[in-house]
Amino acid sequence: MSSLPRPLFLFAGVVLAFMAVGFGQSWGVSLSIVNLCLISAVMALGLNMQWGYAGLINLGSMGFAALGGLAGVLVSKAPVAESWSVGGGNLGLSVLMVIATVIVALLGRRFMARGALRNIVTAVIILAGYFLARAFFDPAVEAIESVDGAKTGYLGGAGMPIILSWIVGGAFAGAAAWMIGKIALGLRTDYFAIATLGISEIILAVIKNEDWLSRGVKNVTGLSRPVPYEIDLQTSPWFLDLMTWLGSDPVSSSTIFVKLCYAVLFIGVLLILIWLLERALNSPWGRMMRAIRDNEHAAEAMGKNVTRRHLQIFVLGAAVVGVAGAMLTTLDGQFTPGSYNPLRFTFVIWVMVIVGGSGNNWGSVLGAFIIWFIWIEAEPAGLWLMNLVTTGLDESDPLRLHLLRSAPHMRVIVMGLVLLLMLRFSPKGLMPEVRRR
Amino acid sequence: MTEFFNALVLLTNFVLLPGLTYGSQLALGALGVTIIYGILRFANFAHGDLMSFGTMFVILVTWWFQGMGVGIAPLPTALLALPFGIGAAILLTLFADKTVYRFYRRRKSAPVIFLIASIGLMFVYSGTVRFIIGPADQQFGDGARFLLKVQEFKEVTGLKEGLAIKLSQGLSVGVAVIVVIALFWFLQRSRTGKAMRAYSDNEDLALLSGINPERVVFFAWVIAAALATIAGTMYGLDKSFKPFTYFQLLLPIFASAILGGIGHPIGAIVGAFIVAFSEVTITYAYKKFLRYILPESWEPESLVQLLSTDYKFAVSFVILVVVLLVRPTGVFRGKVI
Amino acid sequence: MSFLIGESMTGGYGGADILHGCTITVDRGEIAVIVGPNGAGKSTAMKAVFGMLSLREGSVVLDNEDITQLSPQQRVGKGMSFVPQNNNVFATMTVQENLEMGAYLRTDDFSETMQQIYDLFPILHEKKNQAAGELSGGQRQQVAVGRALMTQPSVLMLDEPTAGVSPIVMDELFDRILEIRATGIAILMVEQNARQALMIADKGYVLVTGENRFTDTGQALLDNPDVRRSFLGG
Repeated sequence: MSSLPRPLFLFAGVVLAFMAVGFGQSWGVSLSIVNLCLISAVMALGLNMQWGYAGLINLGSMGFAALGGLAGVLVSKAPVAESWSVGGGNLGLSVLMVIATVIVALLGRRFMARGALRNIVTAVIILAGYFLARAFFDPAVEAIESVDGAKTGYLGGAGMPIILSWIVGGAFAGAAAWMIGKIALGLRTDYFAIATLGISEIILAVIKNEDWLSRGVKNVTGLSRPVPYEIDLQTSPWFLDLMTWLGSDPVSSSTIFVKLCYAVLFIGVLLILIWLLERALNSPWGRMMRAIRDNEHAAEAMGKNVTRRHLQIFVLGAAVVGVAGAMLTTLDGQFTPGSYNPLRFTFVIWVMVIVGGSGNNWGSVLGAFIIWFIWIEAEPAGLWLMNLVTTGLDESDPLRLHLLRSAPHMRVIVMGLVLLLMLRFSPKGLMPEVRRR
Repeated sequence: MTEFFNALVLLTNFVLLPGLTYGSQLALGALGVTIIYGILRFANFAHGDLMSFGTMFVILVTWWFQGMGVGIAPLPTALLALPFGIGAAILLTLFADKTVYRFYRRRKSAPVIFLIASIGLMFVYSGTVRFIIGPADQQFGDGARFLLKVQEFKEVTGLKEGLAIKLSQGLSVGVAVIVVIALFWFLQRSRTGKAMRAYSDNEDLALLSGINPERVVFFAWVIAAALATIAGTMYGLDKSFKPFTYFQLLLPIFASAILGGIGHPIGAIVGAFIVAFSEVTITYAYKKFLRYILPESWEPESLVQLLSTDYKFAVSFVILVVVLLVRPTGVFRGKVI
Repeated sequence: MSFLIGESMTGGYGGADILHGCTITVDRGEIAVIVGPNGAGKSTAMKAVFGMLSLREGSVVLDNEDITQLSPQQRVGKGMSFVPQNNNVFATMTVQENLEMGAYLRTDDFSETMQQIYDLFPILHEKKNQAAGELSGGQRQQVAVGRALMTQPSVLMLDEPTAGVSPIVMDELFDRILEIRATGIAILMVEQNARQALMIADKGYVLVTGENRFTDTGQALLDNPDVRRSFLGG
């Protein structure tokens, strides 16, 4: 129980840091950081599940987050009727082709004996199916993308409330993880990590290039919201009354109010997830998970299907990351595939997990807040430091200019050092796993 | 008949040469990864950014030389700067080993810990490179551009299609050949090289035979750093230097090493060429080629491209997945941790 | 004083003790065999003599020099050589390279020693450029022993050299071991095939639960009715 004061201190420290930013810079900035911390906390929760309970290193959270964002578009945007009419038919046919190919291939494999011939036949079937599907796919895509390319050029979505996308995003990510896991989960840790990294790059490449799906790098903007718009707030009577009572300016306060609304929603999601996870961990299922993790061979000898359990955890963890991805896109109000990069969406989250404490849910939250805070504030801090270091130099001195321009990159170095130091001196993280009965 | 030769030249120019060049560059990268894997037994995620660091140093020294008017025209000045870059990369990796990896080696930590540590180092290298040279594209090539120009070729052969061989392509392949020969001589013939192979083969027995593990590790890092710098410089001369690109190269490099059988130098080379040629052949638009060899009525309308070039990295990844599913030990039966 | 003495050795791999006051000695030109039931600590005793585990109590003395504190690598430097039971060759390297690795610590010209090994194991000379992993079990054992002999050791330790080989190969191996003894090397051997091993043994140690139960010449142990009944199947 002596571990109790430390996390409390750390959380208190985090709160203080945010208040400092609020006073020092602005409350809007502080709340923005809080919201991003909350989203990162959910992502870290997902990754932590996979690492802490199944020992899986998933370097593909970028892909799962992107799938969550994609869900945001596909759920909330209105369908583009014209695109559906020109391309929907052919697209449907190509999907049928793919399904048919898979069925034929599987049937073929069932009826043939193992061996080189079967593999060749499978390959031929797959190739033939690929070209057949492309025969319908290519014209469909061309037609869809040429429908008003500037504004749409894609199929659109289902036109439903965006908050549903948080669940759909989780489902997308979970489904992808199921497929990936089925293929890759037998692999050893290093290989699995590489495989997940590669798959996330592919997912992102597909999203960026298949414009008919979500406009690719042309981005989808103007997504609907689960919270009020600032403009509406500034003109609604109850808000104006509240502002007069508080004595604050409606315009600037409206943005803060919106951010607060998001924060409340995100905290809600986070708490629900943590509650679910804690319940799961304390259940027989959770105990079995920990038993497998602590001694895989013994568990296997007892007849536990280790791979199936790992698959479950992998899917659940990925789904959580997908939810976070949908939350992020909702917060941004737009889906920008180009903004997904492995550094911010995978590796920084990993630092959060390591720093926070693998296997501890609250640890992930703490880690997320601390690391994201460092990640954001390291840039202005670095700039401040560089200014300090170069005070003696002339304004236009090339060295000074270079140092100031390069200051943002210091945060990457800082991240690396934090990870290395944490791994070396406190490998269990700031909040180690609580040994449960 | 001329149609056939035109088609051949087209294929050579746009498939064969790029494949050979890219394959050579990947091979040098994959060799570094496979040696570290064989000796230190972990997948080094920092390798791409190590390539980046070494190349950055080469670029800085190249600019310095160019500023001083030092050069070895018609060869690129970067070749002169290469030893300095290698030296810097070696110092960096030895320092990293001493401060980061040695601790875990002494405690016999699980390979996964080394992997996470290498991610931390990846951050540090990446940030350092961007801090020093910035994230943008850098050009540092000079010297003659072409070994064989399109015009010259067309004049000599009278064909419609021209063949061009860039100096950077020739260098990539030539340097790779020299480096590989030297490396294999070292591994097969020298006492230290054999000791490294023995250590990679059977660590306990190697220790029993009196082989000094720290010495083996030292040489592994030296060789890996040298290979990384050379690979990065060749790639940078041929295409361009942009820090983020080198992280992306990690995937095809890992694919090459795993495909060939990780821990096996020959495998890394074979794997690299398979990956390179796959990427190039799958994303090449065969329309013009087919126009040359097929009769008029069969000429294709579309580009006849299996996958768009945007999916280049997907190719190496799919190869990787297929290998891991069908034969995880790779072509030459490497290790699986 | 015997050439090599592991005296009253007590210890284990970190947890409970496996050896309890076990004593093993070998002289030059002598074959000492350690036999006993499974889990008796035979391999552990030999590994203790080689320094692969630290002793809580007891000592190891080689040629009147106390080597208890030395690491296995250091003991190799003092003239000891160890052939493990498994993974005892460099499978991806050729037979010749395996022998070269055996001589890694030597700074002089070892070609004469290599020739002696080839004389001792003619088939290795035949296959000297073949990868050790491609050889049959018996041939691989020969490579393993050859590798260990390249340092011209004064003590050769073999951990179950005939494990998993056919009877003919086992006989051949034992013949070779006798030839090695003739060169004056002290040979310490752990064996599961107790009967055949004791037949060539000058000294036999029967270990049970980490203690010496019977110690005598090989022949005497073979004739001993208690030993016969318990470990040799009557």
